[in-house]
Amino acid sequence: MTDPVKRWSLLLLTVAVLLPVPAPAEKPPIVIGVAGAHSDNLAPYGIPTKEAVEMLAADLNAKGGLLGRPVKLLILDDQCKPEIAANVATAAVSQGAQAVIGHICSGATKAALGIYREAKIIVISPAATNPPLTMSGEYPNFFRTIAPDDKQGQLAAAFAAGKLGARKVAVLHDKGDYGKGFADSAKAALEKDGKAAVVLYDGITPGAMDYSAVIQKVRKEGADAVIYGGYHPEASKLVALMKKKRVDIPFIGPDGVMGSGFLSIAGANAEGVYATGPMDVARYPLNQQLRAAYQKKYGREPGMFFDQGAAAWQALVAAIQKAGGTGYAALEKALRNNPVETSVGRIKFDARGDAEGVGFAVYQVRAGKFTEVK
Amino acid sequence: MVYGIIRLINFAHGEIYMLGAFIALIVAGALTIYGFSGWAILLLAALLAAVYAAAYGYTLERIAYRPLRDAPRLSPLISAIGMSLFLQNYVMLAQTPDFLPFPALIPEFGFLEPVAHIIGAAEVVILVTSAVLMVGLTVLIRSTRIGKAMRATQQDMTMARLVGIDVDRVISFTFIVGSVLAAIGGVLVGSYLGQINFAIGFMAGIKAFTAAVLGGIGSIPGAVLGGLVLGLTEALAAGYVSSAYEDVFAFGLLVLILILRPAGILGRAEREKV
Repeated sequence: MTDPVKRWSLLLLTVAVLLPVPAPAEKPPIVIGVAGAHSDNLAPYGIPTKEAVEMLAADLNAKGGLLGRPVKLLILDDQCKPEIAANVATAAVSQGAQAVIGHICSGATKAALGIYREAKIIVISPAATNPPLTMSGEYPNFFRTIAPDDKQGQLAAAFAAGKLGARKVAVLHDKGDYGKGFADSAKAALEKDGKAAVVLYDGITPGAMDYSAVIQKVRKEGADAVIYGGYHPEASKLVALMKKKRVDIPFIGPDGVMGSGFLSIAGANAEGVYATGPMDVARYPLNQQLRAAYQKKYGREPGMFFDQGAAAWQALVAAIQKAGGTGYAALEKALRNNPVETSVGRIKFDARGDAEGVGFAVYQVRAGKFTEVK
Repeated sequence: MVYGIIRLINFAHGEIYMLGAFIALIVAGALTIYGFSGWAILLLAALLAAVYAAAYGYTLERIAYRPLRDAPRLSPLISAIGMSLFLQNYVMLAQTPDFLPFPALIPEFGFLEPVAHIIGAAEVVILVTSAVLMVGLTVLIRSTRIGKAMRATQQDMTMARLVGIDVDRVISFTFIVGSVLAAIGGVLVGSYLGQINFAIGFMAGIKAFTAAVLGGIGSIPGAVLGGLVLGLTEALAAGYVSSAYEDVFAFGLLVLILILRPAGILGRAEREKV
């Protein structure tokens, strides 16, 4: 072999890898993009999904692939930045991605979705929780295996008005994006439902010394439940003051309250407090298997959105099998109509692209531990 | 008080308050292990916190303010902010950046139960302690030798030196008294709210200074009155308008007072010394 020939053949090989031109194998691979933050400071949110998909894809290929074709992953790092996300989305389209798992951050997802929509590519995100992504109806190609942010507030509202039988609810928040978002969606849900009235809607200042005035207001309005949007330091102050001021009504917080921080600071006052939090998915066999395999391979616990990432892959694979290919219309129909067992339980996507069967549960502090309220 | 004498806003005052709360927490933890009862823990914890805080206050003045006594007025101010940041971060690194639970050191009173929703044991103890300390402080300044020296130093530092007052000693003493009071405040508020972290001193310091300015710098009843006015404004604003705006009302009031009565509610208007 002379040198120029060697060089040319190398170049050809490189081009063959880059182009969507099928490899000389008889069956062309199914190309699936895995997009998210794999570097920079938000990487911990993206890498677990990538790891889950890589493990599952390797497994699938070892068993003969999907529909008899090998699966090829296209790893797309967007660093959670919208401008990079748009770039990698364009790259994914030009490299022939037939579906995408991702992106991770809501902003990056939104920036990339339009590009995928034009190219008729299905996108399943394990982590983008911003409600308008599905609610706006702008992106029929978008699905997600995680519940949107407003689900949590809605659940807290339904729990207060339903199971607790509250008729006058005080809704408080810490004025931050997270806390106020939760409180707003709870308030909207209460008002829409109409069973319970919102008798007080007020913000408190995080880090302030004393919230007695707010507690007195809760008492004056005769509220029979408090829904609070915020984090654990203020929540523990509020429950302590409620106890002190003898305001003996249920207190419901979001997942920012659910944790060991709240239990240790609030101490005895924590007992009986409710909090909404992600559903416990550790009981599903698929989840246990995958986590055990991960533990064996990496020697540590998987990170954030690992379960949702795996579920996105499982739902996609099941839909491709059902549809018999990666045609857009058939794939979309299969995703919306067929319930599938995943790492986060049995799910099915609704008309907007949100998964039914995933979301939040209500927990209560009993004997110093958060226990799911059945 | 410190401001009255050396014309310096002691930004680190809030941090001394925070340190007091932390020391009390540590002492209370240790004493609980040894099985002391409620009141004994409260008194011992407050006492040790006061002693420790006094040492901190003295050291603070020694290393951060005394070398700058004759420097332009801005220099000790910067030094004060520096000490405040240093102490905050020191506690954050030495302890924890998270909130810590503070034991309810003040036991509940049985006889208060019918009115517990209005006023609890902790509030009563805080009120009584503040009143006692205020009277004590007034007596100290009005009718003791060192109090007289403090007043003299406040009026004219050079003149006080000329008549044989050890100004440095007086200022050190002022810092010690101020730190003791701050530490006791930290212990009381800590056990009232049930949680502390390294940053609680910052807002407390700002609010305390606001109260002092409101009531009239250098006047003890004025400071207490300023505190009451400030607290009531906040509580009423939170109660009748929205707690989202309580700080707006509190600081708005401060702006108003400063415009209408620059010397504060009980302060005497004083002419700039030329």
